[in-house]
Amino acid sequence: MTQQTTPGCAPEAAICARGITRDFEAGQTTIRVLHGIDTDIRPGELTYVVGESGSGKTTLISIMCGILYPTEGEVRVFGTDIYKLTDTELVNFRLKNIGFIFQQYNLIPSIDAAANAAVPLIAQGVPIKEARERAKVLLDKLNIGNQADKLPRQLSGGQQQRVAIARALVHEPRLVVCDEPTAALDASSGRRVMDLLREVAVSPDRACIIVTHDNRIFDLADRIIVLEDGRITHDGTEMPDDH
Amino acid sequence: MLTGDAQKFYGLLFGIGFSTLLITQQMTIFVNLVERGASGVYNAPEAEVWVMDPVSRTTDVSYAMPGTALDKVRAIPGVEWAVPHLRAVANVRTKDGDLEGVTVIGVDDATLIGLPKRMAVGDKSVFFAPDTVVIDDVGVDRLFSNGASPLGERLELNDQRAIIRGIADAIPSFTSQVTLYTRYSSALNFVPGTRNRLSFVLVGVAKGETPEAVAARIEQETGLKAETRAELAQAGVNFIIENTGIPINFGITVFLGFVVGVAIVGLTFSLFLRDNIKQFGALKAIGVTNSKIMQMVGVQAGLVGLVGYGIGVVGTIAFIRGFGSNPFFKGFYIPWQIPLISLAAVVIILALTGFIAIRSVLRTEPAAVFR
Ligand SMILES: Nc1ncnc2c1ncn2[C@@H]1O[C@H](COP(=O)(O)OP(=O)(O)O)[C@@H](O)[C@H]1O
Ligand SMILES: [Mg+2]
Repeated sequence: MTQQTTPGCAPEAAICARGITRDFEAGQTTIRVLHGIDTDIRPGELTYVVGESGSGKTTLISIMCGILYPTEGEVRVFGTDIYKLTDTELVNFRLKNIGFIFQQYNLIPSIDAAANAAVPLIAQGVPIKEARERAKVLLDKLNIGNQADKLPRQLSGGQQQRVAIARALVHEPRLVVCDEPTAALDASSGRRVMDLLREVAVSPDRACIIVTHDNRIFDLADRIIVLEDGRITHDGTEMPDDH
Repeated sequence: MLTGDAQKFYGLLFGIGFSTLLITQQMTIFVNLVERGASGVYNAPEAEVWVMDPVSRTTDVSYAMPGTALDKVRAIPGVEWAVPHLRAVANVRTKDGDLEGVTVIGVDDATLIGLPKRMAVGDKSVFFAPDTVVIDDVGVDRLFSNGASPLGERLELNDQRAIIRGIADAIPSFTSQVTLYTRYSSALNFVPGTRNRLSFVLVGVAKGETPEAVAARIEQETGLKAETRAELAQAGVNFIIENTGIPINFGITVFLGFVVGVAIVGLTFSLFLRDNIKQFGALKAIGVTNSKIMQMVGVQAGLVGLVGYGIGVVGTIAFIRGFGSNPFFKGFYIPWQIPLISLAAVVIILALTGFIAIRSVLRTEPAAVFR
C-alpha cells in the first residue's frame, strides 16, 4: 500500500484510472466493453457517469470501486493501487474507504433499519451498541430516525432507500458510489433523493460517483462523464449540447 | 438473517425436527426391542450365573439337561446356591375357547428364585397354593383383553387345571408371548414328560467370587455351559439381531430419516441462500469477508439446528411417554447414546447441506450486486 505517484496521476485525486479495458466472454467470442479509459475523479465533487444502457457505466464504476478486476490498466484509489492488493486487503480496503448504494437497496430482511445502516461499522468490528447509535444519528439526519427499529419490509421504498444511503455513509468513507439511484423512482422522488444525496454525501474530502441515464437530474452534477460504447466521449461540468 | 423468512425458517426447523424425531424414535424402539431378547435374563434378577446344556443359546432357545446337573453344579466351589429353572412352551385353552401359546417358567419350589422382582397384583405367597400360576402383565392384555380381572380364572394348561392367582410385573419377551410362572414341581406337571426337563440351573456366587470365575469353573468341571447374566443377555440380543429382519428394517427407516432431513434441509437452505444472494453480494461488496459470511450463516444454522434437534428429542420423549401404558412399550427408555447419535446426524445434515448451499454465495462476484 505504498503511496507513489503514477505518471499523470494528481496526488490529490480520489480515483486515478489509467488504461482501463475490460473484456467479457460471451460464448466463443470475447467482447471488449471498455476501451482504454483514462480518468481522474476528484474529491469534493459529485461526478456523474452517464450513457446509454449497455455503454459500460456499471462495468466502469465496478472497476473503479474495487469489486471487478479490469482486464488491463491500473486503478489508484487515494493513492493505493487497489488491484495489486491481496483479496483480503482489497476487501478491507473497500470496507474502510468505500460506501455503496445499490439500486435495489439490498437491505438484510431480518434485521432492523438501524442494524442495516450499521452493517459496515459492525463488519469493521465496532461494538453493536455503538454502531447502532452512530447509525441512528445518521438516520435522524435523513429524517427516518423514528423508523430505526423497523424491519425493511415495514418501510416504504423511499424509507428503505434512505436506510441504504445511511449504510453507505455511516463509516464516513472517502468514496461513495451509486448505481442508478433514481431508475425506479418517479420524477419528483428521484429529484428528492438526488437533493438528499448532494446534501449528505458530498463533502470536501469525499468523492461521490453516480451512474445514471436519468436526464431529469443532470443539472445537479458538478461534473459529467459521458460513456459511449466503452469510450469517454465527453467530460465537463455540463452535458454536451447534442444530448 | 435466516429468521427473516418465516416460511423457510419453519421449513428448516421442520426438516431437522422431523429427522431427529425419526432417527431418535426408531433407534430407541430398535434398541428396546432387541433388548427384549434378554428379557428372560432380566426377569430373573437374582441369578448371577446361568448353567445350561452346551447346545443351549438363549433363555428361549435351550435344550434340557438331566436332573443330576443340579447336584453337579452345587458341588462346585464358589457356588453359594443353585436352583432349578424350567422353561417350556405349552398351550392354554381360555374360557372363550381360544388357544394361545404360552411360556411356562418353573421357579425353585423353596426359594422362588427365578421370578421377576415384583408382583403387579398379589403376593409371592400365592405360589404355595395348589395349581397356582402367575401370569405376566403383558399376558393379561393378551388373554383378557376385555379388561376383566384374571385373578381366580381357570385355565386349561396342556389339559391340566391351572388357576391364576397373581400378576407378575415382568419385562415382555420379544414376541410378547404370554408367560405363566409356577413352581418347578408344578411346572413338571404342566409340561408333558420327557426324561430331561431341567432347562437351566440358576446360580448365586459366594462372597469374594466373581460370576466370571465361577462360570469358568463350572464349565471346566461339569462340561456344561455356564454364562454370566451379561453374557446370556447379550446372547439373547444377538439372537434377535441375527435371526430377524429387525436391524435392516429399522436401519432403513433411520437412513430414510437422514435422507429426508438432508432433502428438506438442503432444499430450504439452498432456496434461502438463493433468495438472499443479492444481500450476500452487497455484504461482500461492502467488505464482509467470505469467512465472516460463513461464520454468520454457521451460527444461525447452528441455532436453528439446535432448536430443531430439541423439538425432535422432546417429541421422542413425548412419544415414549405417551405410549408408556401400552404393553408393547413397557419399560422403554432412551439410551443416552441415541440422542448423541441423532445430534451427530443433525450436525452432518447441516454441515453437508450448508456446505453445498453456501458455495453459491462464496462464488458470487461482488460485482454481481450492481446487475
Ligand atoms: N458479467 C458480464 N458478462 C458478460 N457481459 C457483460 C457482463 N457485464 C456486462 N456485460 C456486457 O457489457 C456491456 C456493458 O454493460 P454495463 O456495464 O452493465 O452497461 P451499463 O451499466 O452502461 O448499462 C453490456 O453489453 C453487457 O451485456
Ligand atoms: Mg448499469
